[in-house]
Amino acid sequence: MSRKLMSRKVSRRAVLAGTAVGAAAALTRFPAPAVAQAKPFKLGLLTVKTGPLAQGGIQMEQGVITYLKETNYTIGGRKVDFVSADTGGNPAGAKTKAQELVERDNVDVILGPLAAFELYAINEYVQQQKMPVLSLAAADNLTQRTPNPYLLRASATSSQAMQPMGHYAATELKLKRAFCITEDFAFGYEQIGGFQAAFQKDGGCVVNKLWPPLVTPDYTPYVAQISDCDVVCQGFAGSNPLRFMKAYASAGLKYPVVTGETGADDALLKSYGDEAIGLVSCCPYTLDVQTDANHRFIDGMLKNYNAVPGQYAALLYVNCQVVDAALKATGGESGDREKFMAALKAVNLTDTPRGPLKFDHLNNVVGTFYIRRIGTKGAKYGLKLWNEVIKTYDNVSQFWTWPEAEFLAHPVYSRDYPPLTKC
Amino acid sequence: MNSPAASPVTNPATSELTGGGAVRRVAIAVAVLALVAVPYAIEQVYYVNIASQILLYAVFALGLNVLVGYAGLVSLGHAGLFGVAAYVVAYLLAAGHGHALAILAGLAAGLVATAGFAALALRATGISFIMITLALGEIIWGLAYRWISITGGDNGISVSTRPMPFGLSLDAPRAFYDATLIVFLLAVGAVAIFVRSPFGAALCGTRDQPRRMNALGYHVLMIRFWAFMFSGLLTSVAGILFVYYTEFISPQALALTASAEGLLMVISGGAGTLLGPVVGAALVVIVKNVVSAYITRWNFMLGAIFVAIVVFMPEGLVPGAVRLTRSAWQSASRQKGTTRNAAASAPRPQS
Repeated sequence: MSRKLMSRKVSRRAVLAGTAVGAAAALTRFPAPAVAQAKPFKLGLLTVKTGPLAQGGIQMEQGVITYLKETNYTIGGRKVDFVSADTGGNPAGAKTKAQELVERDNVDVILGPLAAFELYAINEYVQQQKMPVLSLAAADNLTQRTPNPYLLRASATSSQAMQPMGHYAATELKLKRAFCITEDFAFGYEQIGGFQAAFQKDGGCVVNKLWPPLVTPDYTPYVAQISDCDVVCQGFAGSNPLRFMKAYASAGLKYPVVTGETGADDALLKSYGDEAIGLVSCCPYTLDVQTDANHRFIDGMLKNYNAVPGQYAALLYVNCQVVDAALKATGGESGDREKFMAALKAVNLTDTPRGPLKFDHLNNVVGTFYIRRIGTKGAKYGLKLWNEVIKTYDNVSQFWTWPEAEFLAHPVYSRDYPPLTKC
Repeated sequence: MNSPAASPVTNPATSELTGGGAVRRVAIAVAVLALVAVPYAIEQVYYVNIASQILLYAVFALGLNVLVGYAGLVSLGHAGLFGVAAYVVAYLLAAGHGHALAILAGLAAGLVATAGFAALALRATGISFIMITLALGEIIWGLAYRWISITGGDNGISVSTRPMPFGLSLDAPRAFYDATLIVFLLAVGAVAIFVRSPFGAALCGTRDQPRRMNALGYHVLMIRFWAFMFSGLLTSVAGILFVYYTEFISPQALALTASAEGLLMVISGGAGTLLGPVVGAALVVIVKNVVSAYITRWNFMLGAIFVAIVVFMPEGLVPGAVRLTRSAWQSASRQKGTTRNAAASAPRPQS
């Protein structure tokens, strides 16, 4: 894998060297070959390749490269120059790397970044620069109360997957009392807020909410506090779900567990054991989606990286498809940023790894979300466990079933909103 | 404090500053002119921004170096002070206040936090001092992370405008570089004056011989306290530059890694020298931001550079380079000396 990444770097350096040689040739009035060719489309990626978020960040890059290899580095009729930048997972790094992509590499579009605080750090800047950004970061408000017109989110807001999850837990699983636990940061608050709001709307109630720190070596003390409920909702991300589910199982707890998009990500299946069997999750992507694009994507990931992909790679692949479609719509034209952004917003695809998708007027995705249960049935690609789809929700918007105005009248989901009520 | 007893404890590094005459002045002028010319020499805006970052981190490292290099007190909590100033500025601007108020309040808050740090941490030296500053820095980080109603948690606070001193907009990268350069030069000047003053000499004395300084009648604790305050002032200034540069602040800027990075800048460049922290800041910023575009494992590279510095120049890049050039000069002049015709052209290794 690292060999692959390195080889990208080498080729980029070769590109630089090539430009230098080209410039030298021009200076010495060497007869340069006059090739009539459209300028390559510059595709920038802000990802995280060092530090604690690196695992997801590397999958993002794999998703992009899988798409580019499949299309032979040509999208919308233009050759693609792909530039990947490592933010190091911190806001100052994200800002600097965004400047690098915009000012030095003159990219036409930025994919990424991964974390909400990285996106917040570049939010003002990309608006000033009118730079289209297709981010994976889920920060709700950037497509809700403080929208950024140059941000397009083809993945999901933090709460978007948890709202159907809350609905499903209340109406289909017929559960009444939920105990929520997730990491102590904005992504966690917004997920649990979404779950709570939707769960309560359909008659459930939340007993308590626990917020362990992002880096918690052992979840046992938290698991020990879980009681007096009939379902546990966890919203862990990264590799934390693995450790939480182990601690949960070894404490002997038997309440069913539900989670959002990160808690049962397909990329985690190879690391999960029996403790994860029965875990119900809601995700914008699942390996079982029966579209041609998803088969091509999974085959590509297996071939290129020998890895069973999860949503990070899948959603970046989807982002590439969106850019490709927009570029086709403008006839390969990306110079007029406002026009290009409008074309991106208007993209409406059906054949993607996540199924059909379109965008609402605030630039957030409206798409299919999958409720899945982990079991052993149907496991493929050498996995022992499998996320079996048990229900699909089509055309899920970030506002779930609430009218937009009513949804936006509330404050953004936080530690204290919605508040705990008597249960 | 202006006692003549201060002179026997002059720091060898400071004499480096005081020595020389016209040559040194010319060198300084050339360096300043080069720094002024940077934005015009570099065509790409991106590198101008990198240069601004180097200068603002250099101010941070200069501040930290006052403690680490001249007072011999290693702090691992300076990113906390950096963050207090930055957060106060960001908070006030987000609340709709003006830049002048925000900057002054940021500096004041930075100094108050510094006084608190100093009052607690100066009860100890050595490892205990490091641990206390580390703990205090983590407390500030925790506040930034958890006091969500004020700091926005890890979503941070965005700042949408830069100040307009004398009606000049700092929105363009080159203008911001110029403003940062002015602040940087003031900071270098302030540190140079500070170090060459009797107070600076006394500070070095408390580093090298605290007991003797005490016996000579110096108030060691107060000297360290005021040095800490000066360090905190520069750190706050850097924090304010940072928040205007990135137009965003979030807890990651205050994390332990940020403090450690500052310390690496000081140590790699040369603690206790005027230019060491500046060179260290340039090294870290360049490897982190520029080299990382070409090398995926840039962390390893940064590590390897530090190992190399520790092995070949344990005193840091600037003093190490000075030592190596001097010994090269000396061996060259010794060879010449055998022919007995180059005695007059001998360099000044004695300074």
